[in-house]
Amino acid sequence: MNRIMCAAVLGVALAASPVRAGSTFDAVKARGFVQCGVNVGLAGFSSPDKTGAWTGLDVDICRAVAAAMFGDATKVKFMPLSAQQRFPALQSGEVDILSRNTTWTLTRDTANGFHFAPVTFFDGQAFMVAKKAGIKSASELNGATVCAQTGTTTEMNLADYFRTHAMSFQPVIIEALAEMNAAFFSGRCDAVSSDASQLASIRAADAPNPDDYVILPERISKEPFAPAVRHGDDQWFELVKWTVFATIDAEERGIGSKTVDGFLKSADPSIQRFLGVSPGFGAALGVDEKWAYNVIRQVGNYGEIFERNVGAGSRLKLDRGLNAQWTAGGLQYAPPLR
Amino acid sequence: MTGTALRWLRANLFSSWLNTLLTLLIVWGLAGVIPALLHWAVTDAVFSAGDSRLCRGASGACWAFIGEKYRLILFGTYPYDQQWRPLLAVLVIIALFVASCDRRLWRRWLLPLWLGAAALVGGLMWGGALGLEFVENRLWGGLPLTLILSVIGLVVAFPLAVLLALGRRSELPMVRALSVAYIELIRGVPLVSLLFMAAVMLPMFLPAGVTIDKLLRAQIAFILFAAAYLAEVVRGGLQAIPRGQYEAADALGLGYWQKMGRVILPQALALAIPPIVNTVISFFKDTSLVIIIGLLDLLGTAKSAIADPNWHGFYRESYLFIALIYWVFCFSLSRYSQWLERDLKRGHQR
Repeated sequence: MNRIMCAAVLGVALAASPVRAGSTFDAVKARGFVQCGVNVGLAGFSSPDKTGAWTGLDVDICRAVAAAMFGDATKVKFMPLSAQQRFPALQSGEVDILSRNTTWTLTRDTANGFHFAPVTFFDGQAFMVAKKAGIKSASELNGATVCAQTGTTTEMNLADYFRTHAMSFQPVIIEALAEMNAAFFSGRCDAVSSDASQLASIRAADAPNPDDYVILPERISKEPFAPAVRHGDDQWFELVKWTVFATIDAEERGIGSKTVDGFLKSADPSIQRFLGVSPGFGAALGVDEKWAYNVIRQVGNYGEIFERNVGAGSRLKLDRGLNAQWTAGGLQYAPPLR
Repeated sequence: MTGTALRWLRANLFSSWLNTLLTLLIVWGLAGVIPALLHWAVTDAVFSAGDSRLCRGASGACWAFIGEKYRLILFGTYPYDQQWRPLLAVLVIIALFVASCDRRLWRRWLLPLWLGAAALVGGLMWGGALGLEFVENRLWGGLPLTLILSVIGLVVAFPLAVLLALGRRSELPMVRALSVAYIELIRGVPLVSLLFMAAVMLPMFLPAGVTIDKLLRAQIAFILFAAAYLAEVVRGGLQAIPRGQYEAADALGLGYWQKMGRVILPQALALAIPPIVNTVISFFKDTSLVIIIGLLDLLGTAKSAIADPNWHGFYRESYLFIALIYWVFCFSLSRYSQWLERDLKRGHQR
């Protein structure tokens, strides 16, 4: 048994490339639903509501893929995955798509054997300060006391940021998240630093009055979250990729879940192609011509997904920031659908 | 009356200057804690609210959060309109337990009763027959999942454990070596690593298209682990039986299985009750480790409940709620074992 375990460990180490090639696309189609790996519980990204239905930004991405594939956003089953379990679950084929606040990195893209679809949320380390301090930018933090958690890359990023900008700061490094929050809200630190999405959830949950605090616009590290699929099935990868692009493109064109039916009568040939009024794209992806229409109609465009789960429509109240359209100074940019 | 009370006080709380000091210290400590606790849990608490805004303004506990989320915490992602089924399943399991506690009912038909109850619980949870909608076990969660994992785990592990304990004390070298190897190997690794093996590594070695259900894999890991631990507990009981008992059984001409089944094991298991219950309680709580493989047991659903952005951050209420549930189960088990111990010892105290 011991030897088997050793062999097992070795086997996994050696088999870093995908264990199972083959057609995910056909398997999903035959099965009739998408299997989607999500976080066990992360505010705004994936959490069950009181009836047990999954909600969140990561969840909506999978619903969008189901809408593109089957014309029905409910044809998806969610599998909550822990951080340790998420990659093996995707590699072994337990899930078809991993939409679980996973940062896109070189190692994961290559050695782990994944393809990453377009980034659905640009996260990164940021600062939160009290509104009454009147600070508008991280460059005004010279000499500030900054609360952060130990044991993460947070500390290192902080030191790097202040050194490269020739500023000084006083770190207050605290082990537990709850204590760090208490220290910040009691005024022991001028600023608190963590991933922007986490700062937003701290503000929503722990601040005496969330409106008294602001998250500064700078991001001092890069954490792009993207949905991942296994190597070995380009058709499936393309479908996931273009589903995400379709939500981004729809926002840029101003097509939303409420207005999409009106656009069906549009005379604009590019919108006609997008919504499948004039055919072509669906056949190229191997799905129904109405795929993008179904995604927008049932799940919404990227802006709607963002606002409803983490933006102004949610308690997290995150600014669009880097997640704004490229036309609005953000990074969300879809290549042309043509 | 007051005289008795005063005497009791003096004897129990103020018998020496050290005890007096300790009493005063404890009273002082309680006086500091209890009012604050009452304020938090009762007077300043919010008991019902349409959304979390009212709670966030209050300085006390937000029991409205439990009111909003108790069904998610208790039953996980089981389809909302079907949640009477897991509720009924939980009641069946509890009823079965209570029935099995009474020694007068320890008869042969207890086994079919358990099998019948297991079938009933399975039928309720899965459905798919008698007009019940089929519910996959990946949607199971909360209290039923915790109970199913621990009850099935322990019930299947127990006979295995008795065999392993007997095997370890066997005179057949091969049987003994295998039992020792099994017990020491399983006890030598943490439960978490077994769960990881089951959840993460096993699927890698299965041929394409073959998947063993995640819940089943976790259940098997629990059974394997519980068997090794219970085996050592049972062995402890076996060792406490004096040699004379073995010799007496041999002298009566009983075969091995008769000797063990009728003479040794009844005494050994009675002796081993406290450590067995200890193991049972610890396994009941260990089931919460399945959260690391993404199964939403009671602890997992409590954690998911506080991840809802609208009700984010009420972790005290959430954890207290499930702590209470765990406590009720564990405390009942421990009281029952104390009663059973006394009851079974009656024979020795003549």
